[in-house]
Amino acid sequence: MINYSLDQNIAIITWAMTSSPMNVLNDESIPQFEAALEQAFADESVKGIIITSAKPEFVAGADLKMILRNNDKDPAEMLKVTAELNRIFRRMETSGKPIVAAMNGTALGGGYEICLACHHRIALNSPKSVIGLVEVTIGLLPGGGGTQRLPRMIGIQAALSLMLEGKKAGVPEALKLGMVDEIADSPDDMMTKAKAWIAANPTPLRPWDEIDRKTGKIVGKDNFKVPGGNVQSAVGAQTFGAGTAMLMEKTKGNYPAPLAIMACVYEGLQVNMDRAIMIEARYFVQVATSKVAKNMIQTLFLGMNEANKGISRPKEVPKTDVKKVGVLGAGLMGAGIAYVSAQAGIEIVLKDISTEAAEKGKDYSRQLLQKGVERGKVDPGKVEGILNRIKPTDSVQDLQGCDLIIEAVFENRALKAQVTKDAEPMLATGGVFASNTSSLPISGLAQASARLENFIGIHFFSPVDKMALVEIIVGQHTSEYALAVAMDYVRKIRKTPIVVNDARGFYTSRCFGTYSAEGMEMLKEGVNPVLIENGGKDAGMPVGPLAVTDEVALDLVYKIAEQGVQDGVVREDDTRYQVSKTFVDLGRTGKKARAGFYDYADDRSKKLWPGLQTLFPQAEQQPTLEEVKTRLLYRQAIEAVRCLEENVVRTKLDADIGSILGWGFPAYTGGALSFVDFVGIETFVTTLDRLADTYGERFRPTATLRERAGRKTLV
Amino acid sequence: MAEAFIYDAVRTPRGRGKSDGALHDVQPIQLLTTVLREIRDRNQLDTALVDDIIMGCVTPIGEQGADIARTAALEAGYAESVAGVQLNRYCSSGLEAINMAGAYVMSGQVDAIVAGGVESMSRVPMGSDGGALFMNPQIVARHKIVPQGISADLIATKYGYSRQDVDTFAAESYRRAVDAQAGNRFARTLVPIKDDIGMTLLDRDEGVRPGTTVESLGKLKPAFAALGQMGLDALALLKYAQFDTINHVHHAGNSSQIVDGAAGVLIGSKAFGEKSGLKPRARIKAFAIVGSEPTIMLTGPIPATHKVLKRAGMTISDIDLFEVNEAFAAIPLLFMDEFGVDHSQLNVNGGAIALGHPLGATGAIISATLIDELERSGKQFGLATLCIGGGMGIATIFEQINF
Repeated sequence: MINYSLDQNIAIITWAMTSSPMNVLNDESIPQFEAALEQAFADESVKGIIITSAKPEFVAGADLKMILRNNDKDPAEMLKVTAELNRIFRRMETSGKPIVAAMNGTALGGGYEICLACHHRIALNSPKSVIGLVEVTIGLLPGGGGTQRLPRMIGIQAALSLMLEGKKAGVPEALKLGMVDEIADSPDDMMTKAKAWIAANPTPLRPWDEIDRKTGKIVGKDNFKVPGGNVQSAVGAQTFGAGTAMLMEKTKGNYPAPLAIMACVYEGLQVNMDRAIMIEARYFVQVATSKVAKNMIQTLFLGMNEANKGISRPKEVPKTDVKKVGVLGAGLMGAGIAYVSAQAGIEIVLKDISTEAAEKGKDYSRQLLQKGVERGKVDPGKVEGILNRIKPTDSVQDLQGCDLIIEAVFENRALKAQVTKDAEPMLATGGVFASNTSSLPISGLAQASARLENFIGIHFFSPVDKMALVEIIVGQHTSEYALAVAMDYVRKIRKTPIVVNDARGFYTSRCFGTYSAEGMEMLKEGVNPVLIENGGKDAGMPVGPLAVTDEVALDLVYKIAEQGVQDGVVREDDTRYQVSKTFVDLGRTGKKARAGFYDYADDRSKKLWPGLQTLFPQAEQQPTLEEVKTRLLYRQAIEAVRCLEENVVRTKLDADIGSILGWGFPAYTGGALSFVDFVGIETFVTTLDRLADTYGERFRPTATLRERAGRKTLV
Repeated sequence: MAEAFIYDAVRTPRGRGKSDGALHDVQPIQLLTTVLREIRDRNQLDTALVDDIIMGCVTPIGEQGADIARTAALEAGYAESVAGVQLNRYCSSGLEAINMAGAYVMSGQVDAIVAGGVESMSRVPMGSDGGALFMNPQIVARHKIVPQGISADLIATKYGYSRQDVDTFAAESYRRAVDAQAGNRFARTLVPIKDDIGMTLLDRDEGVRPGTTVESLGKLKPAFAALGQMGLDALALLKYAQFDTINHVHHAGNSSQIVDGAAGVLIGSKAFGEKSGLKPRARIKAFAIVGSEPTIMLTGPIPATHKVLKRAGMTISDIDLFEVNEAFAAIPLLFMDEFGVDHSQLNVNGGAIALGHPLGATGAIISATLIDELERSGKQFGLATLCIGGGMGIATIFEQINF
């Protein structure tokens, strides 16, 4: 609820919602907020208004469920949401009474837009507070006047860069940027300053407003001069011309929100504020009713929150707390696991065959921490504590009492079996043994264990400190308890877990492999490799399929494919097998060899290897860019569909999150399975049939998928 | 249908389009007024016989704003009955003015028009008029609009013109311009610009640099590589996904020079010539305008030339001389390759690389140069064509009629 109180002649409006953990703008709070404002406007004794919050945060933003609810409806419904907010915000600005935002904590999105609609902003200087218009990160744009007020305050370029990045600024930075006007050292100081400002500014007027001579009312000023230059100026030409190009380079045109933000600023700042907010509202409705916004909110916001809270964790197992972790193998993965765990306050035993090797693994943490300190991201006072938690060793005995041991040794079954046998006895009672394998079936590895039920896969991604995803693999005998321990651990190190069942390549490696494979299929068909690579990137993948194969390494691709051939699950004429074999024979094993599909220069630049033209002569008839994009995305999506049907991945959400965080499947689709909704399940099936007819059975829709298409829903 | 004849053509010299250029302290209206007065005076023209002044101007703001053509008609002392209109079809505006005048005359609704253009690029900078095409984020994104230099480099990339190729062409443009100046080949059309007290400010194209060679050009840095880095290459490559990079070959020495200048061409019916006692020099045989792919933007001369040839019932071999605007060296190179035209027939007195490209006027200037050269060399058919911003092309076939 929203509290109203009077402090002498100042109305204090305090956000203190009880229906949600944080203050949010929604159907419940908006009318209450307005009622409180109207009460203050109507009370002649009230000389000014302070808006603040009773929670640690100010206001966290708009309730995204409210946006989702209106996503599929008539645009008029979404327009009501934004128009309602804008009407209230504009009334705040033009009521004639001074309003101060006393920002006691984080103010994001719509929460910050409340502050922008005030005449003055005072932020409490708390290190935990962040301020910003972050809507773009979930496919939206600031729809409460943010695209109009911020550039009018701090200039077009500065505002655009904040809004396009969705930047969250700390309080001192926000002050420097002009996002807030003052900062306060304590809540009392904040309120005192707010009252002082009200006393000094009894009839405030924003620079973009003026008093209409005839009516005496506050109205938007025509010909407002934007600080730093108007839209129609040399600066404007640069900002909107080259700025749009830079934006397109980043989004490839796949994300409508950033472009809409640019358009809001371009169009809105050429008219007065009263008209400008209407322009913003139209763009907001277009973007908020888009499939991109819907899918991004569902997966990246609501879904990610659920995953991070551990929605896939077995509920009946009581909460566990991993305090001591053993890491076997101090290579890149082991060192990374040690680093993120130690940072989360976990005691680490980092074991390798020699103390030197283990110490080298610990050096990795030293380097990362030092970099962090240099960049101001790590508190120098905490460095020693973190490092002290990592004990490098060559002795198995030091693993005594670990709650969890994660082996991160080479992908070799015999070696893994050996280290499992050696280390497992050192586990504390109820301890869990995990393998960080990326490809070897967990149930097979578990055979080395004396406690099959406590053996699990915890698959980290490289580099561990940057990659947010952890793929937890449940083997045939893995217990619910072991799963709970693994999930509690992943939550403790603040990574996002997905849970998958044991199968060749698990989920992420298997689906990701198809991206690389389809690139090779096209190469074999004689498609221009530049077109293949651009097709991947333009579809929204972080790198092209050939470049990423180079990064994975062609000898590894070959090794896995060869294993598949031996096991009888991969045919000998398989393109991945054939192409990787050719390259391994040529000694072009990828980026590490500085020769693969690309040639790698000393300056870290790369160029497609000219020899590709000889190996795979380009066909006369080249596909369109759209066709290349379609093949690359559909191939991954149909594999994800198969994984869901085969119960390799357990939920649609895990499949989506795993695809975006694990191998960079484009976020605008909502993930590899939401992609089906994104294009529409009927289109999905029809297109797959066409692709299968043209390029091969790998695209053929499954019977279940066809049946679901008939019911028009994937799950 | 009536025929449209060219009776005379006059142009100013082109001054370097910078604040140290010879014409920088001359207002654009003065450049245009000089041209109109010269046309009147040297032809002893009764200006009351002229219906209209059509002038191209690409940045019609500031002192080039407010219909500079009508302003010039008044200021030049033409009869009050002479109207004026300014048009903008970017770099082709000067030729568009000629074509429009030709069309009016052919339609029989008009007897005579002075058509041409003006651009004082040192005083009214290119692009200073903004425009949705280059600034509106949705339009830039949807149509992948990039600066022309990027487009020119994209042409070089697509058609395989190396830095050596474009520099070689540019050096030849300079060599020809130097020869043309030495041989006084621009004398018939060129009128010096004098100041208010009668002192000559400029009597020759200022940007011609003798001694320009492939080697000297080779030292210049690509002009559009840095711009390309700012997302603009990437924007273009979203449409041209078959390329991984754009080969930036163009620079200040193989692109058209930014200059100040104006030109006018007297176009009229047969009856107008008889009434004025003027002998026609050439006839407008046919013209064409066409839209083309806007990202690569500058390939329009190719379809425009196909179109005008078809309209005229001619083939490329029927044309004796070509003027292909040297906006960037890659454009005439592409033209020659596409049509199998020999360099000896094309831009024989140099082009905008050596002489300059005053945006609104160039179409009229190269038409005048073409007619002068047809006369000098006793040839019949000439074709003038220009690439155009936004993805367009224009082409006109002139027939020289005095042998």
